[in-house]
Amino acid sequence: MLSFLKYRVLQVVALCVAIFGLMGAGDDARFNAVGHKLMCVCGCNQILLECNHVGCTYSDRMRNELSAALSRGDSDDLATQAFVQKYGAIVLAAPTGTGFNRLAWITPFAALFIGLASVVLVVRTWRNRPGAPAATLPATPAAALEHFREEARKETDL
Amino acid sequence: MPQLGSFSLLLALALSLYCFLAGILALFRHDANADRLGETARRAGVATFFAVTLAALALVTAAFQNDFSVAYIFHHSNRDLPAAYKFAALWSGQEGSLLFWSFLLAAYGLVLRLRHKVDPRLFAYASVILAGVQIFFLLLVNFAAHPFAMMQGTLPDDGNGLNPLLQYPEMVIHPPMLYLGYVGFTVPFAFALGALAMRYHGDKWIHITRRWTMVTWGFLTCGIFLGAHWAYSVLGWGGYWAWDPVKNASLMPWLTGTAFLHSVMMQEKRGMLKVWNMWLIFATFMLSIFGTFLTRSGVVSSVHAFAQSSIGTWFLVFLAIILAACTFFFVRNRSHLKSEHKLESLVSRESSFVFNNLILLVACFTVLWGTLFPVLSEWIQGTKVTVGPPFFNRVNIPVALLLLLLTALGPLLAWRRTSIESLRRNFSIPAFAALAVGVLLIAFGLRPWRTPSAFYALMTICLSVLVAVTVFSEFIRGGLVIARHTGQNLFSSMGHLAHRNTRRYGGYIVHFGVVVVMIGLAGSAFNQDREKELGYGDQMNIGDYTLTCRSYTQDDRPNYRSEWAIIDVSKNGKPLATMFPERRFYKASQQMATMVANRSTVKEDLYLVYEGLNQDTARPIIKAHLNPLVMWIWVGVLIMVIGTVIGLLPNAAPVRLTASAPVRAAAVMEAGD
Repeated sequence: MLSFLKYRVLQVVALCVAIFGLMGAGDDARFNAVGHKLMCVCGCNQILLECNHVGCTYSDRMRNELSAALSRGDSDDLATQAFVQKYGAIVLAAPTGTGFNRLAWITPFAALFIGLASVVLVVRTWRNRPGAPAATLPATPAAALEHFREEARKETDL
Repeated sequence: MPQLGSFSLLLALALSLYCFLAGILALFRHDANADRLGETARRAGVATFFAVTLAALALVTAAFQNDFSVAYIFHHSNRDLPAAYKFAALWSGQEGSLLFWSFLLAAYGLVLRLRHKVDPRLFAYASVILAGVQIFFLLLVNFAAHPFAMMQGTLPDDGNGLNPLLQYPEMVIHPPMLYLGYVGFTVPFAFALGALAMRYHGDKWIHITRRWTMVTWGFLTCGIFLGAHWAYSVLGWGGYWAWDPVKNASLMPWLTGTAFLHSVMMQEKRGMLKVWNMWLIFATFMLSIFGTFLTRSGVVSSVHAFAQSSIGTWFLVFLAIILAACTFFFVRNRSHLKSEHKLESLVSRESSFVFNNLILLVACFTVLWGTLFPVLSEWIQGTKVTVGPPFFNRVNIPVALLLLLLTALGPLLAWRRTSIESLRRNFSIPAFAALAVGVLLIAFGLRPWRTPSAFYALMTICLSVLVAVTVFSEFIRGGLVIARHTGQNLFSSMGHLAHRNTRRYGGYIVHFGVVVVMIGLAGSAFNQDREKELGYGDQMNIGDYTLTCRSYTQDDRPNYRSEWAIIDVSKNGKPLATMFPERRFYKASQQMATMVANRSTVKEDLYLVYEGLNQDTARPIIKAHLNPLVMWIWVGVLIMVIGTVIGLLPNAAPVRLTASAPVRAAAVMEAGD
């Protein structure tokens, strides 16, 4: 019963987040959002809405095209696809999440998780490695003690 | 003058070759003449500096004399170019910047060779390696990208002029800083490879390498952020970092250099990660060279890239030689790099450094991956894709947040292992402060569930508070111990504490600077912009500001023509300032450039761009950006630089503690460095 309630609460929270997220996403917000996912293709390597070249033969036209697409009720995906059809995949500011391009997104996170897992594994292996039995250790001579003190000083910077 | 420059470059190459070959001979000979031969090699290295300096001066003089018989001067200068930019012409083109690189390398070499008495044998090895790198760059400027190449045919009356984007005061400082960082990584590389080649006994080489790395890292930090500030002030798109491939190229060695500056502590204090550190330094240097390859080969497209040329192949060959040399010495002498201790616990200072290194390297890999993915995509699927800011932001922001969390946790952990109880005790106040700030921000209207950028902004600010409180608590706890035993007030004690262990507390100041920068970056989640055509008396509102166009006009100067608007700014009805956004047309290069008008405050920047005249109405189009917290970024960088300088200062003599003091002090210092 308790877990069912938890599940329901989570569902409600998720719904609220979605509603809040979508609320107020008018045409201006959509224009801004989609325009920031597209590149200007004049060669300036800038996001479409950030291209500020005077006399740029592309950015004004592309912005007008985007504005027109959103005004006539095209969805974000449809408007974006129209740009890809016209200007090629290079117009998208980031790789898509499909096919080979998916690799672009997966690889950095895979590297992070593999790295984290490796560190955890190495530390655990080293920690579980048996050390020399204490009884066989000889008494520490004065010189060695001084060495350890020096090491401790070094480690604590006192 | 061009003949003198050409001769100097050839002379410098000959001297470098001698320094390299005689240096190697001296290192492997064991007779009485070896030292004398080594000394001649060192002196040849010193003389290289003077020869390269002469060549650089010859090029600058040619620029000041408007000697357009030199092709480089024709392409990068003109008669009406202001004097400061004639000087900057030295690094504004392919050939000149390679000469500038050679010059800086020779200057670093001079300092290294003059300080050879610190450890003659190690410095002799480093000098030879440095000479090897110097030879490569001198070969380039002598045979592949000659800065003194002459114009063919009729001599032109005037030059093409400097790229307008480079005609900005910061461009006189930004490239030298960046190059000082890039080139500077050659020195730690030379020491590291030298120490490995000679199987250096003891820790001295790592201390020397760390100090050089800190200096270089400081320069690169300044260079990167000056570049960001330049982009913000000149490019006029309202931002400071667009993940341009060339900017990415400078970020990669910075990330690995930062990783090295952290993990080197484990080698110094615990004799661990020796192989890792060695390869970090190698990788940092190789990434500097790789970045230069990216900038100059035309492999990736960028607004900053130099013209596409054949020198990319030279860099690839050089990279292969470096990798081969590093691998050879590593395989031969890897037994010398055995770790003295092992990691004992996941909750320890050592582990935090390892995780910190891992995250920094993942960030570096992500930048490299994103920069090269278009090339990879074209190669594999035949379609070029764009990897722009949305990709880098989405991937790197979570990584940066993880790094911030570790920056907060690291100083609270003790060497070897930390008890959960101790961690809870030290962590509770910073965690509470971070949570409190998060709640306050939500209460004041920040809605993290609305957009991912708002969520990331909230997380960044909370984690920044976590780091800041950790840093302050470290200062206060240490300061209180000193105050108790010396009778000084808390602030003097904290100053004394920092002076006693400059590296540790300088590092904390750098961390605090990073926090301030991160808060500034988080502000970008709330950027606003508006664009409007403004005639006489027309108004535009953005945020609390009202912009009124008082007038717009034109001007004609010897170097450029300009159009600009006079905008009166008021806030909540109260007059605040008059701003002058401008657009220039440079006559020599026939190119446009933006002169942004920016009113910067601690809270936000009001950033106005003159977009141009509407051809139909002849009225100016003004784009206004309201960018919160941008000033924090520049202030944060300043704090980072101050922290780096403090970290480089020598420690003051330790305070003599009373018999009972070490116990209490040890408790305070439990977390260690």
